[in-house]
Amino acid sequence: MTLRDLRPGESGTILGFEPSAAINRLMEMGMVPGSQVHVVRLAPFGDPIDLKVRDYHLSIRKSEAALIRISRQEG
Amino acid sequence: MRVALCGNPNVGKTTLFNQLTGLRQRVANFPGVTVERKAGTLAGAPHVEVVDLPGTYSLTPRSIDERIAYEVLVGRLEKEPDVVVCVLDAGNLERNLYVVTQVIDLGLPVIVALNMMDVAEENGLAVDASALENDLGVPVVPITASRGEGIDELKKCILNPPEPAQVYRWQLMDAVDAKIPALIKRLAEEAPHVKPMHLRMEVLRALAEEEALDAWRLGAPEFVNRIEALQEEFAKRGIAWRHAEVSGRYAWIGPIAQRASRRVSGPATLSDRIDAVFTHRVAGPLCFLLILVCVFEAVFSWAIPAMDLIEAGVAALAGIVHSVLPAGWVTDLLTDGIVIGVGNVVVFLPQILLLFFFLGIMEDSGYMARSAFIMDRLMKRVGLSGGSVLPLLSSYACAIPGIMAARTLDSERDRLITIMVAPLMSCSARLPVYTLFIAAFLPTGKLLGVFGYQGLAMFSMYMMGTIMAFVAAAILKRLVFKGPASYFVMELPPYRRPRLRQLFWRMYQRSKVFAVRAGKIILGCSIALWFLASFPRTEISPEATQIEELAIQERNREYAAAQALAPGRDLTVATDSLLLVDSTLANALDLTARADAKYTAALDSANIIRQSTQIRESAIGHLGRILEPVMQPLGFDWKISAGLVSAFAAREVIVSTLGIIYSVGDAEGGVALRDALKADKYPDGRPVFTPLVAMSLLVFFVFALQCMSTLAIARRETNTWRWPMVMWLYMTVLAYLASLLVYQGGLLLGFS
Repeated sequence: MTLRDLRPGESGTILGFEPSAAINRLMEMGMVPGSQVHVVRLAPFGDPIDLKVRDYHLSIRKSEAALIRISRQEG
Repeated sequence: MRVALCGNPNVGKTTLFNQLTGLRQRVANFPGVTVERKAGTLAGAPHVEVVDLPGTYSLTPRSIDERIAYEVLVGRLEKEPDVVVCVLDAGNLERNLYVVTQVIDLGLPVIVALNMMDVAEENGLAVDASALENDLGVPVVPITASRGEGIDELKKCILNPPEPAQVYRWQLMDAVDAKIPALIKRLAEEAPHVKPMHLRMEVLRALAEEEALDAWRLGAPEFVNRIEALQEEFAKRGIAWRHAEVSGRYAWIGPIAQRASRRVSGPATLSDRIDAVFTHRVAGPLCFLLILVCVFEAVFSWAIPAMDLIEAGVAALAGIVHSVLPAGWVTDLLTDGIVIGVGNVVVFLPQILLLFFFLGIMEDSGYMARSAFIMDRLMKRVGLSGGSVLPLLSSYACAIPGIMAARTLDSERDRLITIMVAPLMSCSARLPVYTLFIAAFLPTGKLLGVFGYQGLAMFSMYMMGTIMAFVAAAILKRLVFKGPASYFVMELPPYRRPRLRQLFWRMYQRSKVFAVRAGKIILGCSIALWFLASFPRTEISPEATQIEELAIQERNREYAAAQALAPGRDLTVATDSLLLVDSTLANALDLTARADAKYTAALDSANIIRQSTQIRESAIGHLGRILEPVMQPLGFDWKISAGLVSAFAAREVIVSTLGIIYSVGDAEGGVALRDALKADKYPDGRPVFTPLVAMSLLVFFVFALQCMSTLAIARRETNTWRWPMVMWLYMTVLAYLASLLVYQGGLLLGFS
């Protein structure tokens, strides 16, 4: 599953990425394989997403979230 | 000695810079780019220069800011700094440390300034500076820049800089690491100009970044071949080479950050609670709208009195110069050309200052990022991103702050497109023109008994400009600024209280840029336009001379009549005490006073006729007639064409030019001009202005770029004349075609 499939309030662990120009930037911002992401909320019009990564808020579009493979964290 | 400040955006770098330099700063651009180079001397140590690098998350040159930061640090743009102060947000160590590891690896002496200790503490985070110092191997100074805490310690540290720390303490994955030495050797042979210290960084970058690799294609082809072969090999073996560097750095940073900061209370910060409202599904957009309405209300209602004051002041100044200097064309040039021309710039300052003030608050508080977050979905549809919303909205007041606000955009392409379409948003300078023609030529009735036609027309002017801005953006994105798909990765920084001092300082800096840079160009154009409107000189106007002669005769006759009423009395001296007893004298004096008033009025109208003749016979008048055949299909005669030429400098000038051409004097936008426009007829009796002509002219004003200030600021912001020229051309063609469509289409549909 990808980060796009997570609903607000859910968390996951990054497994890997689909190749894309955005990936290097995302990784520099702290989203490397193994790190935790928490979906805080969607923007009022449904896109982009507000994420919590490494204790700060990062906003990315759903199209970018779909490039990030994750495993959902239960509970 | 030179110190560079480096760090992520929104970590208080600028606040620290202001603290260190005490506002002894010079703002310029880095050579060849529009990135600001802010430099100043260290307070109390004038031999130390402090340079504020653009805020970056990384030194991998992906955005223009990152490229500049990297090139300064490796000494390619200017001599490399002697010390680098990395500014960190204590509340967000992990991501902030990423760029620090990169700077350390450049082999420069590094000092870490751990900023916002106060906020971290408020949010229940205990940060241990000495643990960080031990792990990183560089001095760490805790500061709270906004309150000036820790600045002295930091200064001491800067003046006694540390030795460079050990580089590359983090682990690259073994499979990749094994291949690096050979590549370093290869690159060193092919590119001997790269300092040995930077070779490893260049290799890692070429391995991970397509563009960095391409940059070597000419200079080090064999190196590129080997990297590409290696990438293939890695791909076959299933090694994640692309992630190697970032993962390695974060693997080192993670434990360091954990040891250095400890969460002592719950995670729900005030910032999160504010966001629950500002980015709420319903409340978020509503708040955004409300804030916009308030800002525009404030900009218009606070700026307009100041603008009126400036206009009156400029007119008064011109009057004083006129009365002090001897009459002649040099004086006219001074007053009508230079004073009024500079006035045209200064008059926008109140609006620009206010907009910069509000934009500054939004930027510094962190709300700017939220507005981009809220609006991104809508802006994406036209190929822009959420960041373009505020620059474009500011352009409703004035395109200049809008264009300057586009600086906050990360993507260079989005920034250029935003600049290119911002002047299509109807700015306040178009308002007087809209008002004049809508009031003169559109019916006052109501559609469906609710919406006034005139109000609807005004609204559609704004809508037309806005829609066209989006269409133009979409077209520009497809045709002109092609390239790899952009992405949207934006930090939502914690909310912060804006610092007024810093806000006012930046307002001052930005307005100065506008007034000085734009002012020079505008002054030049104003003088040129004045010459065009004033030469060749037509000193003789038989009509005006005749009026003056008649006026003198009339006055003399009335004087004589008055004198006859009171023979032998001196009518030039009035004495109040006598008036009470001598009614004949009072009547005689009254007569002369009325004669004087009539005389002055006659002279005024002669003067206006003279100005009118002047402009008819001037270069602008001739230009108007030359343009007439081209403008005829839009329904414009030579007078409107001449008005359009004069409005090249600033749109609202057309109102006063038409005023002069129609000899109605200075009643700008007044009833006199309205009536004169309605009364004007071609020789064959057709009216010059019909509602259709007015519509065509209005549409022309919606789309045309008639504003030197905008061109001047676009030149500054894009660092080339190319984009301002393209901008002027496409908008002028657009205006022409749109007017043509309106007028010819209107004629076909049977309107007149």
